[in-house]
Formats: sequence, structure tokens, C-alpha cells
Amino acid sequence: MQVNENKEFQPLIVAFCCNWCSYAGADLSGTNRLNYPTNVKIIRVPCSCRVNPMFILRAFQRGADGVILCGCHPGDCHYTSGNYFTRRRMTLLFSMLDFLGIERDRTRVEWVSAAEGAKFAATMNEFTEAVRKLGPNRRLEDLRCRKQ
Amino acid sequence: MQRIGVFVCHCGTNIAATVDVKAVAEALGHEPGVVISQDYQYMCSESGQNLVKDAIKEHDLGGVVICSCSPRMHENTFRKAAASAGLNPYLVEIANIREQCSWIHKDIATATEKAIILGKAAIAKVHLNTPLTSMESPVVKRALVIGGGIAGIQTALDIAEAGFDVDIVEKQPTIGGKMAQIDKTFPTLDCAACILTPKMVEASQNEHITIHSFSEVEDVKGFVGNFTVKIRKKARYVDETKCTGCGLCTEKCPMKKVPNEFNMGLDNRSAVYIPFAQAVPKVATIDPNYCMMLKNGKCGVCSKVCSVGAIDYKQQDRIIEEKYGAIVVATGFNPIKLDKYDEFAYNQCPDVVTSLELERLMNAAGPNGGTLLRPSDKTHPHTIVFVQCVGSRCDDSKGKPYCSKICCMYTAKHAMLIREKYPDTEVYVFYIDVRTPGKNFDEFYRRAVEQYNVHYIKGMVGKVTPKSDGKIGVQASDLLSNEQLHIDADMVVLAVAIEPDKTARPLATMLTTQMDTNDFFTEAHPKLRPVESATAGIFLSGACQGPKDIPETVAQGSAAAAKAIGLLCKNSITCNPCTAHSNELMCNGCSSCEKVCPYGAITYIDKEFRMPDRTTAIRRVASVNPAVCQGCGACTVACPSGAMDLSGFSNSQIMAEVDAICK
Repeated sequence: MQVNENKEFQPLIVAFCCNWCSYAGADLSGTNRLNYPTNVKIIRVPCSCRVNPMFILRAFQRGADGVILCGCHPGDCHYTSGNYFTRRRMTLLFSMLDFLGIERDRTRVEWVSAAEGAKFAATMNEFTEAVRKLGPNRRLEDLRCRKQ
Repeated sequence: MQRIGVFVCHCGTNIAATVDVKAVAEALGHEPGVVISQDYQYMCSESGQNLVKDAIKEHDLGGVVICSCSPRMHENTFRKAAASAGLNPYLVEIANIREQCSWIHKDIATATEKAIILGKAAIAKVHLNTPLTSMESPVVKRALVIGGGIAGIQTALDIAEAGFDVDIVEKQPTIGGKMAQIDKTFPTLDCAACILTPKMVEASQNEHITIHSFSEVEDVKGFVGNFTVKIRKKARYVDETKCTGCGLCTEKCPMKKVPNEFNMGLDNRSAVYIPFAQAVPKVATIDPNYCMMLKNGKCGVCSKVCSVGAIDYKQQDRIIEEKYGAIVVATGFNPIKLDKYDEFAYNQCPDVVTSLELERLMNAAGPNGGTLLRPSDKTHPHTIVFVQCVGSRCDDSKGKPYCSKICCMYTAKHAMLIREKYPDTEVYVFYIDVRTPGKNFDEFYRRAVEQYNVHYIKGMVGKVTPKSDGKIGVQASDLLSNEQLHIDADMVVLAVAIEPDKTARPLATMLTTQMDTNDFFTEAHPKLRPVESATAGIFLSGACQGPKDIPETVAQGSAAAAKAIGLLCKNSITCNPCTAHSNELMCNGCSSCEKVCPYGAITYIDKEFRMPDRTTAIRRVASVNPAVCQGCGACTVACPSGAMDLSGFSNSQIMAEVDAICK
């Protein structure tokens, strides 16, 4: 969480992107110079199914305000079936987060192909705005982890 | 703590224009473990790489972070540079500050701040990187071609030409595929059998080619260079090694009322049959659904007349297992079923035929010996209506959304051949668009219109109704003159959409290759890797990848062969070392990881452990075959005890990145 001079809340967004589709899609939005906010920080993973729900909880614990997980479109996974596992696991994680009272809009799964640079940028813009509206993540952030 | 070197690239002004590169280098220099932090104009250039190499040697670095463009661009460049300086290449990490920072942000202050955070995340990760070594895995110098149509035959011939052994697996009793059924080929009008059958014979006589006809792929295991394939050789109730193909059994067989698949069911064959005269291998096959001996145990005529004793009613399916280095998929296409198209009365009227049926009707070896006669009353048709795009370019769920590509040309061919042979016949073609991109294709189509006076009408046929006088009423609209047309036709020919063979989808699952929504195999790159699948070692040939005419199919068949030969020429291939591994002390053998592994890379072994009380215990633990593992990481998340981890993207590495970003 950061607050800049004009006091607009700057959410911290962690994006997990699969190497084959979404990371390439993010690169494409860069190549096409499509803007999205600096709030989004991307972590490269081989496949969306590599993302352990623990990573997402860890990000929230450490002060992330939103986490987005991007993978190949269903049926297009480089590893054949990885994103199907992602879809099921995240459905479970999201229902657990609902149960904990974490706003549903703080987490998202999105399918972005390597050709969808524009979709990647649009998704990141929209997601950042959605998280900005929600305000800081106070419920899951562990204050002991906050940098002094 | 590793000794880490950080190298920040300006990329000319690509990065430096929006990111304060010197500030990034300065800030990252204060990170724990960083012993040198430098910036340079072009890190990927020769001198930039030398800067990295010299620093590795001079500062005895144990890890390198390059803040530059996307790792998809230059990760390999820097890994090679590190390796040449004596550092394990997998101790290099890239922070992507170009595509994912400088190019998308405009504000220098925030972009610099983000670049520093990305750099910190990479430093946090590289602290936990471990040296990895690539395994070498040997290549079996033998290829498998699945499908024995023209695509498969061409591929097999080209691979055999290079001196490698090739097996063709064909599910029909003979190779040849759809091309064997075609009468003439566009745009040159040469006879399909005359150019195909010599190739079939060449394939059967080539010492490097083994043809498994009447066989199907049952199971595929393994990985590039080392596939193990189970092939089911279906029982044909005839000993292939003894049968001479004399055809006496087919003459004497009393059961003669079996629809002949080769002639599209337009005539009948016997229960023991050879699909067509030039079949390869020329061996008889008994159809167990019709053979009276196999059904009721009464007959046995064929075994009595066979002079070499090739008939074997007790034959069973056999499963053979072979090893291959490369697999080429050439499963081809089929015309779609017309059950959903009642408006064309295909199922009610025998004189409404598909284009492939017309090929057989016009073929000299077909049911009418080459004379074009109506299937219903064997009279000569005087008015023939062709309907284009039946099931192609459909936006509803009935048909296919794509263009089947070959129909415009073969319809022009049919129309031309009919007008040539029977000038008294009126030929109408209803089309949406005529698509003739190809060498000499448009000239061919124009010849049909101008020289042969075929009536091309833009518009779709709305309804086809069989009439009591034997004529077929065709109701259509002419879109250019905006008129409704009623034609009394003698025959209607439907240019039916083509779809991938039904066996393609289960095969794709076995091969772990990708398919599009229409069940066509997906190529690794639509432009630059058109004959490779995304799965290493699997290549695509012919219409299994998309609708294609014969020249294109042959071109792709040869291209796939070239790619397969490139692979087979290697003695060994380097595997990706970023694979999963299981911590045997933590693994409890629950099988969760095995269930999610798409490659079957995980097996279980019984391992002996020394217990604290000095006894030994044997436990079942997971073991990953690094040559099969592709490194997706599905198992790492499925593992309930956290025993499974992925080299290069370990749990602790990703956690460290998350922490660094969130700090």
C-alpha cells in the first residue's frame, strides 16, 4: 500500500503470469506501448497451475491489495491441462476468501493469450481501478510484516 | 549468502527514457549480497556480455541479475554468457524492466521505483537459485507416421529417403486415404490413382518403411526422442504374410450385400474383401460384422478356396510395442455427416449425393464404371445442381465456422468434367463466394465459366424436394438479380464441409498435443512453426491441421518430414532441467501428484529409510522422471505435504519474489 502526494490510494497488485501465454501477452502489451499502472508487478511462473494458493495468501499477508492470476485460455494450456487445475483450485481458494470476508474483487483469474496484449493492459487497468475502489487490504495484511 | 552482480541495461533509450537507470543500479547495489551493480548501454551486445563475464570472474559471483528486456528475448543470451564465464547458466535471473516497465509507463519517478522493485524481486530469487544441469537424452532413430493418406505417405517416403526407418499406422485395410477415392485432381485434371498408386507401391517396397495397415495407435508414452507406442493390429482374419491378394475368396464369398465403403456405399462388396484393385498391402480382410462363418460358424467358403491357407478365423487383435524418436500425425479429414441438413433431402433422395460420392460415380473403377448415372434409376442426368458451402462457413451450431477450402475448386472440376463428357447436361453451381487462391486455380475456374458455360449463381439453395416424377425440385435465390429460382434437377451434388477424423481427438490426448475448437491440431506457431505441434517431437502433416488441397498437403508432408529428420539426425537432445523433484523424506506416497501429472512423469518406488531407532523401514515415495517432466508444476501444488518442488521455480523462490515485491 502506498499513498502518494495527492493522497490517491495506490494499491499494490501482484500478478502471476504463466510463461507461455500471459507473460508473453504482457510483453506484447509492452511492445505495443499499451499503458497500465505501475501498481502491477508481475511474477513469472511456468504455468498458472504452478501458483500455490499459499503464494496468494502470502502476498496478502505481506500487504498486497490485489492478486491476479493469468493463464492460457482453457484448452490452450502449454501443458495441456494446467489451467484447468488452476480454475478448480482458485474456485476453492476464492470461496475460502469469501468465507474469511475478503472482498471478492481483490482476487481474480483471467485467461490472456500471448496474442492478447490489449486484453492484458485493459484487464490490468480495470483490475487496478477495482482494487483502488476497495481501498487498502487491512483484513489479511500482517502488520508485523510491514516495512517500517 | 550468494555474491550477486546486478547489471542494468539502458537498451539505448528504450529503457533509459522512462527509467532512471543509474538510480536503479545505485539502489540495487545496496541490496544484501550484491557486490557489484553496473549499468551499460546495451547489455546484450558483445561488449555488454563481456562486462558480465568479466564481473563474474573478477568478483567471483554466485548469481547474476540482469535488468533488461523480457527473459523471453535474451534469457538464453545471458545464460550462455554466464556459462562461458564458468557460472552455471541457471544462476542468472532477468528482471523485465523494458516490456513490463519502461515501455508501458510514462512517469519516470514511478517507473524507476517499479524497476527497482522488479530488480529486488529478481535478487531475492537468485539468492535461492541452485545450479542445474541439463540432462542428455538419447534419440531413437525411427519415426512413426499416423495415417497412411497422401500426407502420411509423402512424409514416410521423405524420412525413408534420408535413411531412417519409418512405420506407417493406417486404420483402414489399405493406405491411400481419401486421395485414392478421388477421380481427377484440380487444376491439371490428371487422374488421382495414376499419381497416387505409384507412391503407395513405392512406400510398400521401400526397405525403410513398414506399413501397419488395419492398425490403430493404442497408447503413447514417453517424450521427444523416446516415445513408446502401442499399436493395435486389428484382426483381419487373414494371415498377411500368406495372402497373395489373388482375390478368389472375394469372388466366391456368398455374402455379397455389404455396403462398399470405398465407393461411399453406392454399391456392395463381399464380406471378405480387398478395398480396391491397387490396395497396398494387397491383402484380403474379413468383415466380422457380415461374415457368416464368424457370426454363425456356418460357411467357410473362403478358407476352402484359398490355395495358400491364409484364412484364419481364430485370429485375434495383436498389440505390438515399438519405440520411436519422432511422431508425425497425418490423420486427415472426413466429410461431415448431413443428418442435420434436412433441407437438402440427402437422406430421402438417392440422387442427392455428396461430392465424394460423385467422385466415385464418375470414376472408371466406381460403381458405374465411369458413366455418370443417377443412383436411383441408372439414367443419365440432364440437369445437375451443385450446392457449395454445405456446412462450411456456418455461423450456427449445425455446421463448421471455417471455410473447407477445397470445395470451390473440386466443384469447378466436377462441373467442367461433366460438361466435357456430356455437353447436353446443364450444370448450375450455387455459391456464397468462389475462392480460388492458388497456382492456376482462378484460370481453372474461369475456364469452367467461360469455356464450359457452367452456370454460376451467387446465392444459397433454400430447399431441395424430391418429386414424384423422379425430378428434384431445387428452390434457390439469385442474390445478384434478387430473384427466386426453381430448378427441376436430375441430380443435386452437395459440397460438404470437411472435418478432422474422429480418431484425432483421442489421439491428441494420447500425444498431449493441442487442438483448436474444431478438433484440428494446433501448430506450435501459426506462421513460423507451421508443421510442429507445441509438444516436442510431434509433427503435423496434412488436413489434420486444417483444410488443405493435395499440393499443400504434400508440401506440408515433406516439411514435417524435414523437421522429423532434423530431430532424428541428433544423437541426443538436451532436456529442460527445470523439472519437479520430490523430497523423499517428506513424501508420504499419497498419489496426489501422479494424478495431476499430464505427462505420466511420476512413478512410485519403494525406498528404504533408516529410522531413528536404527531399524529400517520401506516406504512408497514419488519419483519424477526428469526426462519426461516438462516442468509445469501442477504436482507441486497438489502435494499435500509439500514434498514436491520445481527446480528453477521453487516454492521458496516464488515466495521470496512475493516478499520482495510486497516489502
